[in-house]
Amino acid sequence: MAGVSIAAKGLSKWFGEGEARTKAVQEVTFDVKLGEILYIIGPSGSGKTTLLSMISGILRPNEGTVAVEGTDLWSLDTDRIADLRLNKIGFVFQDYHLFPRLTTAENVAIPLILRRRPWDEALATALTYLDVVGLKSRADLPPVKLSGGEQQRVAIARAMIGQPDILILDEPTASLDGDTGRNIVSFIKHEVMNDDRSIVIVTHDSRIYEFASRILNMEDGRLTGITEGQANAA
Amino acid sequence: MNGMLRLAYKLLVNDRAKFAALLVGITFAVFLMVQMTSMFAGVLSRASSTVLNIGAKVWVMDPAVNTVASSIGMPDYVLDFARSVDGVRYAVPLYSAGALVKLKDGTFQPVTVIGLDDTSLYGRPLLKQGRIEDIYAENGFFVVEDAEYGKLGRPGIGAEFELNDHRAVIVGVAGVASSGLFGIPTLYTTYSRAQQYIPSTRYTTAYILVEPKSAADIPHIKAEIAGIGYRALTREEFIDRISTYYKYRTGLGTNILLMTVISFIVGLSISGQTFYTFILENLEKFGALKAIGTKGRELVWMILFQATFVALTGLGLGIGLCTALIFAARLRLPDYAAEITASNLLMAFGMVILIAAISSYIGVRRVLRIEPFDIFRG
Repeated sequence: MAGVSIAAKGLSKWFGEGEARTKAVQEVTFDVKLGEILYIIGPSGSGKTTLLSMISGILRPNEGTVAVEGTDLWSLDTDRIADLRLNKIGFVFQDYHLFPRLTTAENVAIPLILRRRPWDEALATALTYLDVVGLKSRADLPPVKLSGGEQQRVAIARAMIGQPDILILDEPTASLDGDTGRNIVSFIKHEVMNDDRSIVIVTHDSRIYEFASRILNMEDGRLTGITEGQANAA
Repeated sequence: MNGMLRLAYKLLVNDRAKFAALLVGITFAVFLMVQMTSMFAGVLSRASSTVLNIGAKVWVMDPAVNTVASSIGMPDYVLDFARSVDGVRYAVPLYSAGALVKLKDGTFQPVTVIGLDDTSLYGRPLLKQGRIEDIYAENGFFVVEDAEYGKLGRPGIGAEFELNDHRAVIVGVAGVASSGLFGIPTLYTTYSRAQQYIPSTRYTTAYILVEPKSAADIPHIKAEIAGIGYRALTREEFIDRISTYYKYRTGLGTNILLMTVISFIVGLSISGQTFYTFILENLEKFGALKAIGTKGRELVWMILFQATFVALTGLGLGIGLCTALIFAARLRLPDYAAEITASNLLMAFGMVILIAAISSYIGVRRVLRIEPFDIFRG
């Protein structure tokens, strides 16, 4: 399993029972390799977010397995899955989900605080990561005082601060204008990516496809194809 | 402070509007609960002031007596019988009745006159001025320097006035542990002088004060006294009987209980609703924390901490406010009857913890139900 951070095999997920049963994801198998940026694309309702949730330990599949760095994710109990998410995976949510009542630095420090690192140490580390995303001067401001692009960068800093092996981004450019979106993903590719990390991005923003290593196409819950991205081609 | 609890603290306190609303709700509820129960505790304490001030271990009385003030005279044979009971070291009569004092300006002031056994002066107050033996001087009375002292014009030793058309002279100024309930000054004199000055019914012994040889003798004494149709109560039992009367047979207790319950409901409504809104507004954020890797029980701790913090802060503020009000009231009204007792505080603490528990229970249920997947779905 060397070189693979996530191995998904035969993943299926359905919601509801009987006639109301809807298949969201059907028998999807794929790997996420170390050092790659994998895009999951497809129209709305194609099962991208459901798939993302299953490979990140948030939504239990009805069928199939997910191995994260060789560990069978869904064989673990709830607490160990939560620990794995906290220690191995960084999340950037579509709506950022920053706490408006905390400062920017405190928002970034949250994963370390959850890992029971001392408050002051967590804040000091948060400043370092805010510096990386170019927002150190905004450390004491609440997120609502920041622009959409800045909030996105704060969310990225929060996802990075725990130095996760896997970074999961859900529609990272959905709320941003074209230039800002491109800049954010470019920043991720050049500043966040490294050979020991995998990044999975769910998007349907074709303007940022150029940064992908590989692209998974989803349609009606099925994987319709995997194509090499422009980043690899380059 | 643990980092997660500090996070919970900041999430709570930095939402100033909701934090203020929560504090106001709980503070107001605590203030009302403590104020109501303190007033009642003050009333109960003052209703038993004579029992506390006299200090006898066992009181013999007519079975129909419910409060000290409503004494019913007993014939002399009861005293003789009490003295003959095995286990009684000594028994003395106590006189207690109301009288009218005519002040120098011609106005009348009702007073309570306590007549102490002439030979033993058992139950006498602690003198601040004067000598105990002066009570035997002609027309001698001790005046009690309590909250009602001013109503007699703060008389010193040698002051004279008329009591039921008799001349009375102050020969001592006494202090007592507790002021009376009805705002009436108290005078002490001898049993025989009280009988002489105050027109009364055929039987003049209001109570018989009994000193048992030992605590083990008390049940026997009570049984013997009951055998002749009278009642013997220990000091604590008498106080309890007075409290029971005011609690359950005057409507006072019911009203105070109702007000306390209403205060609790008001506090619970305000803080419960505000806390629930606070949780609802942060529900997605709690979901995000769950997605990042926070365990359900850690979120429960955060919410419990928030609820407990706001509850205890409100408790402190409410008690402080109540204390300040009682202090301010006593500056204007020295006989203002309100006492913050340990049981009041314990009750308020219990109520506030209940408010916190109910408020957080609703929040916890919502937070535990939120699925991180909902955060992804948006």
